Amino acid sequence: MNLNDFSVMALWTALALYALAFIAFTFDLARRSSEVRQSAEAAVPSAVERGGAAGSAGSRTLTVDRPAAAGGARVSASRSPSLRVGVALTALGFVVHLAATITRGIAAERVPWANMYEFAMTGTLLIISVFLIVLTREDLRFLGTFVTGLVVVLLGISWNFYVEIAPLPPALQSAWLVVHVFVASLGTAFLALGFALSVVQLIQSRQESLKLELSALRLRFLATLPASDRLENMAYRVNIIGFIFWTFTLIAGAVWAESAWGRYWGWDTKEVWTFIIWVIYAGYIHARATRGWRGTRSAWLSIIGFAAVLFNFGIVNVFFKGLHAYSGL
Amino acid sequence: MTSSSDRRPDKKPDRPTRSPGSRGPSDRIDDPNARPELEGETPETGGAPEAAASGDGPVSPRLGVVGYLRFFWRQLTSMRTAILLLLLLAIAAIPGSLVPQRSSDPNGVTQYFADNPDVAPILDSLKLFDVYSSPWFSAVYILLFISLIGCIIPRTKHHFDAMRARPPRTPARLSRLTDHREETYADTDVDTALAEARTILSKSGYRVEDYDQRGVRSLSAERGYLRETGNLVFHASLVGVLVAVGIGGGFGYAGQRVVVEGQSFVNSAIDYDSINPGRFFDEESLSPYALSLDALDVTYETSNIAAYGQPIDFTAHVTTTTPDGNSTAQQIKVNSPLRFQGTDVFLLGNGYAPTITVRDPDGSVVFTDSVPFLPQDANLTSIGVVKVPDGLAKQVGLVGFFYPTAQPLGDGAFTSNYPDLVLPILSLNVYTGDLGIDDGVPRSVYTLATDDMTQIAGRDADVAAIQLQPGETAQLPDGLGSIEFGNANPDAASGDYSGSVPRFASLDIHSDPSQLWVLLFAVLVVAGLLTSLMVPRRRVWVAVHSVEPAGADGATSGGVRVEYAGLARGEDPRLGEAIESLAYRHGTALGVERL
Ligand code: HEM
Repeated sequence: MNLNDFSVMALWTALALYALAFIAFTFDLARRSSEVRQSAEAAVPSAVERGGAAGSAGSRTLTVDRPAAAGGARVSASRSPSLRVGVALTALGFVVHLAATITRGIAAERVPWANMYEFAMTGTLLIISVFLIVLTREDLRFLGTFVTGLVVVLLGISWNFYVEIAPLPPALQSAWLVVHVFVASLGTAFLALGFALSVVQLIQSRQESLKLELSALRLRFLATLPASDRLENMAYRVNIIGFIFWTFTLIAGAVWAESAWGRYWGWDTKEVWTFIIWVIYAGYIHARATRGWRGTRSAWLSIIGFAAVLFNFGIVNVFFKGLHAYSGL
Repeated sequence: MTSSSDRRPDKKPDRPTRSPGSRGPSDRIDDPNARPELEGETPETGGAPEAAASGDGPVSPRLGVVGYLRFFWRQLTSMRTAILLLLLLAIAAIPGSLVPQRSSDPNGVTQYFADNPDVAPILDSLKLFDVYSSPWFSAVYILLFISLIGCIIPRTKHHFDAMRARPPRTPARLSRLTDHREETYADTDVDTALAEARTILSKSGYRVEDYDQRGVRSLSAERGYLRETGNLVFHASLVGVLVAVGIGGGFGYAGQRVVVEGQSFVNSAIDYDSINPGRFFDEESLSPYALSLDALDVTYETSNIAAYGQPIDFTAHVTTTTPDGNSTAQQIKVNSPLRFQGTDVFLLGNGYAPTITVRDPDGSVVFTDSVPFLPQDANLTSIGVVKVPDGLAKQVGLVGFFYPTAQPLGDGAFTSNYPDLVLPILSLNVYTGDLGIDDGVPRSVYTLATDDMTQIAGRDADVAAIQLQPGETAQLPDGLGSIEFGNANPDAASGDYSGSVPRFASLDIHSDPSQLWVLLFAVLVVAGLLTSLMVPRRRVWVAVHSVEPAGADGATSGGVRVEYAGLARGEDPRLGEAIESLAYRHGTALGVERL
């Protein structure tokens, strides 16, 4: 077995581990829903009475930190076996995924991000890394279903892009390949997380505005998630980091284009889309600072922005003609 | 002025309706909609257009052109307009990625016209083949940048004032702020507590101001002015980038030139194959250096089967000679242009230039040249044209196909299955008739208009196409003369064709003096962005109340009750921590025992 075969095998293993983690995270959301139902029945009256202090229901410790009037009982599930299993499987998947990526790089004798298959491999690795790093500072484990789901789908698709190891074409033989593509992938990883948070924010704010009885809703686990304004703040924080990386990517790409193609900007399709994405996120940042655009509208911009990122990666690379014909397909 | 709760939508509803310090001018930094220039505007001019638009009440007689202009200016420079223009810019950029653009893909445009003859003219009239220089695209970004400038200028002035203003008065009820903390310390007095707090705040980079309001003494402190500075640098640098690109680009030029191995060219406008000077570019200013292509080395992958034949290196070995005669051997590679005498020379293409010699029936040379053939695929199947207007009985045109490694396809046709010279074959179709050169209309050297010509050798003629290997000569049909495919490496062993056909390099030569400015502003964009997003801007207040000695007999000595509170200006997730840490350090300074 050569190194590349090992890399392929490891990547499959990582994919399987992420799929299992996905199941564990989903199980956790389902469990939250059922616990919310129990606690909503048991704890809401006392929460109302006490105006937002802690209450407990059943054998587990559930904190109800908001009165029902504010959109329903808010339950934080402090400990959950399936959540821990999900995080552990994700971390394990990450280790195997990292090994797959490193061995691919060693086998190719260069950085493992020079064609679509490798972009997908490294990009998803970065999404998982950013997720795991953020988890050490902020409890975003409720995003596990989304993050592992996205990575499983992306890795699954990436098998269609599989190519044997090939040497770099002259235009890619540049230190900028290392910097520009890596930073772009890193930015994408942050924007992915921002996207996930914005989606949850939208769902959450919808249910907050509906003010329905919790038990009447199917997405009961929402009660265990942060409130929409907090989700918005978190989305903003990861998105601006992604935006900074994206700005850098744009500039580094222009510098590279100058030395490879003789002009720093030529409205090549890939350049156009990188620019469009940048402008959308600039709009998002302004929206968040503007009355009337905050909340739902800015969340939509974050979602549209990430849709453009996916489009830029998946559609533009494969189907559009242009100088960035490096998908390796 | 809008009410302050409106202007701080990020704060939870349980915030005080009037945020502390809302009287200070720097308050509006949080909401750019509340523009400084609106201050002092009379209600008449400020409000009349809205009233007129909504139809309530008679139009104010004082509302004139100026009022409307002000109104539109305010609309244009509002952040809401900025968002809309940004989104419009994103949308306007999309079509340019769906339809080929003349600037980046002229052949694609030609092809598009050929494929969609009905639609293409309509798209063309909408400027969809020139999106990025179209009036509608320009309109969007010009409006955006006017809006941007209209936003930067008042903010800069405002920021300048804010940096010199005193931190605002301490709000009366600090306890209503979310980030609030209270501590009581015994055995100390108000002066000491204030002095210690001032020291700590100053060390942390706060600007501190004393206040004494209704008997309560307090400190009001503010830090993070750099955040707004960064924001302004960021936005101003965007303008800088646009100006540098828009105006600076006019001072440069771009030229193309194909150079065959062994040949040279001089850096002057007439020696370029094509040249696009910028609006302000003076062709006389070109430094007339000479550049000769000594060799173009190409390396192909041979060991990795998955990438067999893929080029892995192009190196052009050139000799440059300055106008005063200094020659230097240099290299040009993809990704590593030659920067020489104010120009940048890029290696953007390569191919073969078979040396073709045509002789008349007496054996006198009527044409000889290494003719660049344009590559058609990755294995360098190439097409080239030779025109022999004079010297033969008729005007002769040749359309040649060159295969570096020919592979027969049956029925006499070939393809190339490897880009290097393993089995080079040149196949020529011969035409006679009017070359169309004499009528003065410029014709491309790479195409032959065969409509008015007769094929005398080739698929449509009785005689098969002429096929030559390097070093071979063949007779032209009808006794017109002979044609030779020269071998550039005649001493090689038989069957070794390496080096038998010269290569050409297509060079792009540019000069763009504004490029460094663009880069400089781009770097400032990033620096400004980082500063404005990373530096927290916050206000902190410390209010000290003296506590009466407890007990009627005054047995215990007095102390102080200290309130600490903070307010974020913009995104600031660490404010709570900062207040905690301030209280902790203050407590330590006032002698609280820490374990
Ligand atoms: C070329 C168009 C523009 C782009 C790309 C752009 C981009 C950005 C970015 C990335 C930020 C966030 C970084 C920061 O806080 O410094 C920002 C903030 C800001 N922009 Fe712009 N901007 C543009 C035009 C404008 C215009 C026309 C205005 C004025 C109407 C404006 C006003 C502001 C303000 C006030 C902020 C601070 C918002 C906050 O505190 O969160 N920008 N802009």
